[in-house]
Amino acid sequence: MLSDRDRIFTNLYGQDHWGLVSARQRGVWDRTQTLLGNGRDWIVQQVKDSGLRGRGGAGFPTGLKMSFMPKESDGRPAYLVVNADESEPGTCKDRDILRHDPHRLLEGCVLAGIGMGACAAYIYIRGEFIREARILQEAVEEARNASLIGKNACGSGREFDIFVHRGAGAYICGEETGLLESLEGKKGMPRLKPPFPASVGLWGCPTTVSNVETISVIPEILRRGADWFSGLGRPNNTGTKLFCISGHVMEPCNVEEVMGIPLKELIERHAGGVRGGWSNLLAVIPGGSSVPMIPKTICNNVSMDFDALAEVNSGLGTAAVIVMDKTTDVVAAIARLSRFYMHESCGQCTPCREGTGWMWRVMERLVLGKAEIEEIDLLLEVGSRIEGHTICAHGDASAWPIQGLVRHFRPEIERRILDRLKTQTSSSGLSV
Amino acid sequence: MSRSPAPERFQPSTFSFSEENLSRAEVVIGYYPPGRKASAVLALLDLAQRQNDGWLPRAAMDAVAKYLDMPRIRVYEVATFYEMFNLAPIGEHHIRICTTTPCQLRGALDIVSRVENHLNVELGGTTNDGKFTVDEFECLGACVNAPVIWIDDDYYEDLDPDKAVAIIDALCRGEKPTSGPQINRLTSAPVSGARTLLKPVD
Repeated sequence: MLSDRDRIFTNLYGQDHWGLVSARQRGVWDRTQTLLGNGRDWIVQQVKDSGLRGRGGAGFPTGLKMSFMPKESDGRPAYLVVNADESEPGTCKDRDILRHDPHRLLEGCVLAGIGMGACAAYIYIRGEFIREARILQEAVEEARNASLIGKNACGSGREFDIFVHRGAGAYICGEETGLLESLEGKKGMPRLKPPFPASVGLWGCPTTVSNVETISVIPEILRRGADWFSGLGRPNNTGTKLFCISGHVMEPCNVEEVMGIPLKELIERHAGGVRGGWSNLLAVIPGGSSVPMIPKTICNNVSMDFDALAEVNSGLGTAAVIVMDKTTDVVAAIARLSRFYMHESCGQCTPCREGTGWMWRVMERLVLGKAEIEEIDLLLEVGSRIEGHTICAHGDASAWPIQGLVRHFRPEIERRILDRLKTQTSSSGLSV
Repeated sequence: MSRSPAPERFQPSTFSFSEENLSRAEVVIGYYPPGRKASAVLALLDLAQRQNDGWLPRAAMDAVAKYLDMPRIRVYEVATFYEMFNLAPIGEHHIRICTTTPCQLRGALDIVSRVENHLNVELGGTTNDGKFTVDEFECLGACVNAPVIWIDDDYYEDLDPDKAVAIIDALCRGEKPTSGPQINRLTSAPVSGARTLLKPVD
């Protein structure tokens, strides 16, 4: 288990006040000026050496992403955009940072932002987080009044400001280019890449979009050293991670743990175990709704990091662990996710706009067994024609939960179809 | 809720921002560089909706378009795209019940049917007395506190059907129920108490 000494989010549950005075007592904004004085290259190199990978789902190496920003400005300003549009079903970790430890995020914006040559950060927070946005806004004002941001941020001689931008209810704005469109005042329809945001992003300027948790851990990496962070977990899967454990556990909760903690240990130590005991476990979605589910046999031994979960054809995603016990109608659970992806498709690409609805309708029939056996393969086939054929990953994400379901629970889907056929034939008096 | 504008009979002919909201709008526009006023469209539509009893008439969209020098169609596109904008009149309180899988697994559908019965209204509908509009909503991002409902500006968490109805009844009586977890629990910590960070670290 991760020791408290190595925990970054020391006010995860809001035991302490979120404000500047309390945040400073917790070590936030400590020596920020000195860290900034080490220069851009040092900041980026430390983040690279720490092995930090993006915490928003894709797991892209953060230091590498920062290094894509232009070294010399061509006259255009550069921006850091923080993705606080947390909407991936199962995920509620950024909410705790925003409402309980906003100064950690703001300090991260200053360090990462100046480290990548940005002049300002925009924090795009999902519209539903109304209370959280108000706290964040107050924290920004506290930081501005204390000259931690503004004309001479942290006494660095650099101008750096932070603005809170509220969304208005659209999952697709969590996709980085959809988010940029939304921030420009348009529908959140993702952009074709290239050009990538680091060259043409917000208002046509160099931009890096990063998740709240990613930015919030950067100050501690710089303060304690890249070696400290990379010493936690294992190579390519370093550091600590916020996990959200929801569904059929005795005590659902958020917790910061070491990357690579065994799934079983995570659930039993922190979430009070599976309802009815570990033997009552059916399956887990280990990284938010978009990653394929894994059945109990895999859950018994799998570790919670990027590579270990990729090896079992799933993913760490946002590290949102959705637990399902044996009472779960597993087909209905995934059908509900299909409805989510249909509802949240922005409608721009035909395969996703039409395909997500088509898949949901088939899934609803599979729940009841009102389908032919062949339709299971047809469903996978259609999914494979959506996956990889759309501008953004929403299409892929709509296909993956279904792939996970069929991969591990095909007999259950077939049983429903066969049961239905049996009742039909017996009620019509025909013999098979 | 429908993503089409309300029928003509509901549409007021004019809309103008209050003085208070105009000054708020100026603050928000100041967040963005010169010439990028359109970035404030979500914020201004939200102000307009709050000023107009929780829904956006076309006149309000037109006022926002004029204020931000945007073509009206761009504002209509935005208002119809984002789920938080209500395009037709709604009840005094807007109840949105999360039913996505993490909430569904912990009984959100029982809450839906109980609330529908209690208020005698179906999802998407408004009660006859105009007090409540009840909608289903996609993942609210509070999954370790499931099931969750969102009423007006607040989340109510760790619910069951009885607790959901109790909150609605309290609102009906004009009270302001306490938001957040509805069981004895500190935010997102385990219900029996935090298992980490039990004493200060030096």
